[in-house]
Amino acid sequence: MASEQPPALFSAREPVFPRRVSGAFRTAKWWIMAVTLGIYYVTPWLRWDRGPHLPDQAVLMDLANRRFYFFWIEIWPQEFYYVAGLLIMAGLGLFLFTSALGRVWCGYACPQTVWVDLYILVERWIEGDRNARVRLLKQDWNADKIRKRVMKWLAWLFIAMATGGAWVFYFADAPTLLVDLVTFNAPFVAYTTVAILTATTFVLGGFLREQVCNYMCPWPRIQAAMLDPLSLVVTYREWRGEPRGKHRKREGAEELGDCIDCNACVVVCPQGIDIRDGQQMECITCALCIDACNDVMDKVGKPRGLIAYATLVDEAAAAKGEGHPPVWKRVVRLRTLLYFVLWSSIGVAMSVSLFLRSDVDVTVERDRNPVFVTLSDGWIRNGYTMKAQNKTADPQEFILTFRATGPFAMEIQDVGSRRFTVDADSSRTLRIFITGAPDPFRAERTEFEFWLQNANSRNRAVYETVFIGPEPTEQ
Amino acid sequence: MADERRVDEVTGTETTGHNWDGIEELDTPMPRWWLYTLYALIIWGVIYLFMYPAIPIGSLSTGGLLGWTSRGAVAEDIAEAKVARAVFTDQIAEKSIPDVMSDADLSRFARAGGAATFRSFCSQCHGGAGAGRPGGYPNLQDDDWLWGGSVDDIHFTIANGVRNEESPDARFSQMPAFGSDGILDNEQVAQVVEYVLAISDQEHDAELAKPGAEVYAENCAACHGETGTGDQEQGAPNLTDAIWLFGGDREAVTETVRYSRAGVMPAWSYNGYLTDYEVKMVAIYVHSLGGGTQ
Repeated sequence: MASEQPPALFSAREPVFPRRVSGAFRTAKWWIMAVTLGIYYVTPWLRWDRGPHLPDQAVLMDLANRRFYFFWIEIWPQEFYYVAGLLIMAGLGLFLFTSALGRVWCGYACPQTVWVDLYILVERWIEGDRNARVRLLKQDWNADKIRKRVMKWLAWLFIAMATGGAWVFYFADAPTLLVDLVTFNAPFVAYTTVAILTATTFVLGGFLREQVCNYMCPWPRIQAAMLDPLSLVVTYREWRGEPRGKHRKREGAEELGDCIDCNACVVVCPQGIDIRDGQQMECITCALCIDACNDVMDKVGKPRGLIAYATLVDEAAAAKGEGHPPVWKRVVRLRTLLYFVLWSSIGVAMSVSLFLRSDVDVTVERDRNPVFVTLSDGWIRNGYTMKAQNKTADPQEFILTFRATGPFAMEIQDVGSRRFTVDADSSRTLRIFITGAPDPFRAERTEFEFWLQNANSRNRAVYETVFIGPEPTEQ
Repeated sequence: MADERRVDEVTGTETTGHNWDGIEELDTPMPRWWLYTLYALIIWGVIYLFMYPAIPIGSLSTGGLLGWTSRGAVAEDIAEAKVARAVFTDQIAEKSIPDVMSDADLSRFARAGGAATFRSFCSQCHGGAGAGRPGGYPNLQDDDWLWGGSVDDIHFTIANGVRNEESPDARFSQMPAFGSDGILDNEQVAQVVEYVLAISDQEHDAELAKPGAEVYAENCAACHGETGTGDQEQGAPNLTDAIWLFGGDREAVTETVRYSRAGVMPAWSYNGYLTDYEVKMVAIYVHSLGGGTQ
């Protein structure tokens, strides 16, 4: 069937009008939506008392001061490996869930899925269910259509602005920033961020929808490499359903399978596909077709599960009339266990190291230009730049000492003694001068340790470096 | 690779006609919004073409209606940074050096700013961190100072320089070339060199050093002091310490006595080299390097 005209290089989006559906999976999705959206919108407003010197926002990415606060945890920039560890855990978590439960992330928890779900809900409230929306699309523009469209877009825009608005609250004190935002005193970057995220939410959630999954997101492609015949997928039991047919009272109807070809699974699909065509990249396994089909099966008095979560291997066995192990054995298998062990061991390692963190740290950088300075009395001086870190919520007094073999003297520039204070939750940079007596026998390099001790808590940190002098002239 | 396009039965989509060992490629149409995005970018490109420098013409290019240049953008950034720094630099310009140093924020700014200025203007001779270089470029990190190591002395030296004609107040001193000017004969030079090695605790010939003491007292003590500890008023180096600007061994000291040596330094407050606050910042920075005195 070679076409007369050359085929279009570009095709318009075919609108999808998912119908309302109810059932176990839909209920679960409502709950997940409520929880995830709740977490997203509410988190910046949670307070967490950290004393008078630190912000009281429970979750805060303080970019200006380079601190990340998460309830009782505070991360300094040099501890960014915790964030890297979290990202690795997130990645491994996706692998784990994909190999155990298939595209469960896409179907339930992905922001795109959640916000599209919310947008479709709003659409249904304003424009009615599937049939009303199809009619509205086809009808000419009139006052009613304009009113409905404008209302819908305004509602979407409101959600989009709330979404973009909530994002910036993670980066500054939320109550202050809200006041600043509405009184036009917030920084320009806040407005830009809100504007961009409002636009992306509005366009991706309202208009692009399934196209984001099909054309933009790399994850469906990556997932294709992670799914195997033992992965849990939403599948149509062809062996039970086919041949499908509507007319049950006609002659030869006893030949027909369980599928009554009511199209319920197709009209509820937010991705606009027919699950009976087999596995498709577009399917995000949201399981709404399972709910729709179970409803129909109940009505026609057939067993549920014509469309169900199952693995392809088990379905092939079932088609031949053979038995297969229960679904949980497909979920708990070597691969998923391995991912789980990896994932949880990173989590445990990070938690342990978080709890073992010291509230004092010291780093010392030795001057290299010059390597050493000869003083007029022949003593040798080395310069060091020391950073004392106070990771507590109060100002602390620190004592700096050193350990080395040989006569050495220490001077802390601008301080004059071994004791100095460091402000709450900050680091202080000081210049340290170490002078060593002239010693023709001293090796060129002397091991040198700086010890920093919190005068109150007695917690200590050590930094190993060297003292460098001229080559020894005597052996 | 055949070039015959056909319609694939399974998908109903036409193939590109490309065939690799039986593997064919579907010519799936792109989504339309994707095409619109391309159009939008083309329009953006045309607007950009007229608004910004775009088409090269020889060593120049079309200017663009906005008049934007990368050089202008840098100049703007620099001007902005200057305004931002003015909070500190204005105060440093107005206040006295001790006042600046007693203010924690100002002194931190002055050290950092002084270090930056130092790297631009001073490091060519004194090295990036002020450690000097052999052959007459003093190490500013040690505690030995020709013209004084208090912050005011350092400030004066930087502002007026050494042995230049730019500033009427330039630090000035001139050691006679005792050998080449015929003031001392070769034997006397050798004697006084041994004496200098003796007072700086180095290996020396005691026989020669004894008459050298007399030569020293007659010719050198006026500037370098009775005991050889130097005089910072005249810029006469301390000869008893471990630090030598032009080298402290027998050969180097002999050459210095015979021909004399001296360095020069620009007067940074003159000829528009540095502004007042920059000179102050460099003085505070140099003073903080570890050798500064009260």
